Amino acid sequence: MSNIKQNASEEAEFAKPLYTPIKRRSFFMYAGATAGATALLLSGCDDDDNEIVTPDGTVNLGSGDVGVLNYAYALEQLEAAFYAQVKATPAADFSTLEKDYFNQVAAHEAIHRDFFKAAINRDAPGQIIPGLTPIFTSVDFTKRASVLATAKTFEDLGVAAYNGAGKYLKTPAYLVIAGQIVSVEARHAAYVRDLISNGSFANEEVIDANGLDKAMEPVDVVTAAQSFIKEKLDASKVGK
Amino acid sequence: MNILRIIEQLSEVDADVLGRFDSRRAVFKSLGNTAKMGALAAAPVFVSSLFSKAYGQTTTPSVIEVLNYALTLELLEEDFYKKMTAAGKVPAGAAAGAIATILKHETAHVKLLSDTIKALSGTPVTNKKFKASAFPADYPTQLVVAQALEDTGVRAYKGQAGNLMSNSALLQVALQIHSVEARHAAHIRGMRQQPAWIPASDSALPAPLGPVYTGGIREDNVIQSNVNITSQLGTPYSANDAAASFDEILTMAEVLDASRAGGLVQG
Repeated sequence: MSNIKQNASEEAEFAKPLYTPIKRRSFFMYAGATAGATALLLSGCDDDDNEIVTPDGTVNLGSGDVGVLNYAYALEQLEAAFYAQVKATPAADFSTLEKDYFNQVAAHEAIHRDFFKAAINRDAPGQIIPGLTPIFTSVDFTKRASVLATAKTFEDLGVAAYNGAGKYLKTPAYLVIAGQIVSVEARHAAYVRDLISNGSFANEEVIDANGLDKAMEPVDVVTAAQSFIKEKLDASKVGK
Repeated sequence: MNILRIIEQLSEVDADVLGRFDSRRAVFKSLGNTAKMGALAAAPVFVSSLFSKAYGQTTTPSVIEVLNYALTLELLEEDFYKKMTAAGKVPAGAAAGAIATILKHETAHVKLLSDTIKALSGTPVTNKKFKASAFPADYPTQLVVAQALEDTGVRAYKGQAGNLMSNSALLQVALQIHSVEARHAAHIRGMRQQPAWIPASDSALPAPLGPVYTGGIREDNVIQSNVNITSQLGTPYSANDAAASFDEILTMAEVLDASRAGGLVQG
């Protein structure tokens, strides 16, 4: 009996250094993510790194793997802010189930945003882009149809963005993470599309004759998303 | 030789390094015992066996092997939807339309993968059929199997992405198929009044669905890249949202296991 106890305590003692280096990566220091309620006013707070934000206010997503992570973080910020607003002011013509499901989608996107923020701060300290300011003036959040149309745009764009960015990642673990997220975005896309028109989850608008979903280059995705973001984004070096 | 440093470095490139060992507890216990015995001289042997156990059984498959594995799954899916169509239980209208759309995509994937394997001077697998004895007679159970196949496909492609990093074009095509499978999975789940994404509770379902959501990394997992999503992001998130916001991989061996797709292949 005492033998078992002793083993257990030795086990815990020995395990300590193995846990420590992983936890020690200053994770908690950087993980202070903003709550969904303030997502519409994602504050730009980058005041000491003029490489990331140029004097004219352009946000440079950066190069290499960090560039890809910042690119994903930018898109997830946009999606998270959008669904936070959907959740805060749900369209009157949403059903109870739809409201519940969109609250879940809002949580998924907020998690993606907060995860990238934490991962970039941990793995590439000082290289994260600031919080972005979304522009949703084209969306009528009181109307289900307007919300669904915007959601479809964001989700299809997100899928195409991840599909096109995977090849730029050099770290296998990041590629797996991107793969773990993109399939959830594709599930969202299919759900939203079916709400707009049942059966359109994977129609010819998004899937080609080879049965392939879209894949878009970072600069093209940023061009498509730019009208929803106040800060000008520069994706020209992402993955390069 | 500092094993802790090695594991730390491995964790930088392989987020699941600890998950590869039988269990963290077992690893710590082994380490503890080794240290207790003072068998420092034996440490390299011990470390070597630890890593060959974690990584050894999965020597990196060739690109052709990965493509043939994907083709096997696509042939299985294609034949399943052909059988489903032929069985005549799918209601006309939206349901039949959706199954036709999905079948069309699986057929396109079979052709694309076969052509690609041939172009790379490989030999595409053929004649992989859905096991006739496992084909359900009733429509609701057919949808259960369809969900199992699609969600397995999503996990299977995801599990091979790392093995295609040497070829950007092939990696991108695999990703473009992967998200189509996820769209299929979402729609089939909707036909069964299930959420489009995978709730944590799915990992506890009975067979045939349960095994689709378990494995070395279960779909109810809430830890990504050493970050506990529920508690370490500044804002607390529910275990269900944490699990559903990230899909998980299955290894080739896990997919081909008899409890999953491997048990549905004829012969």
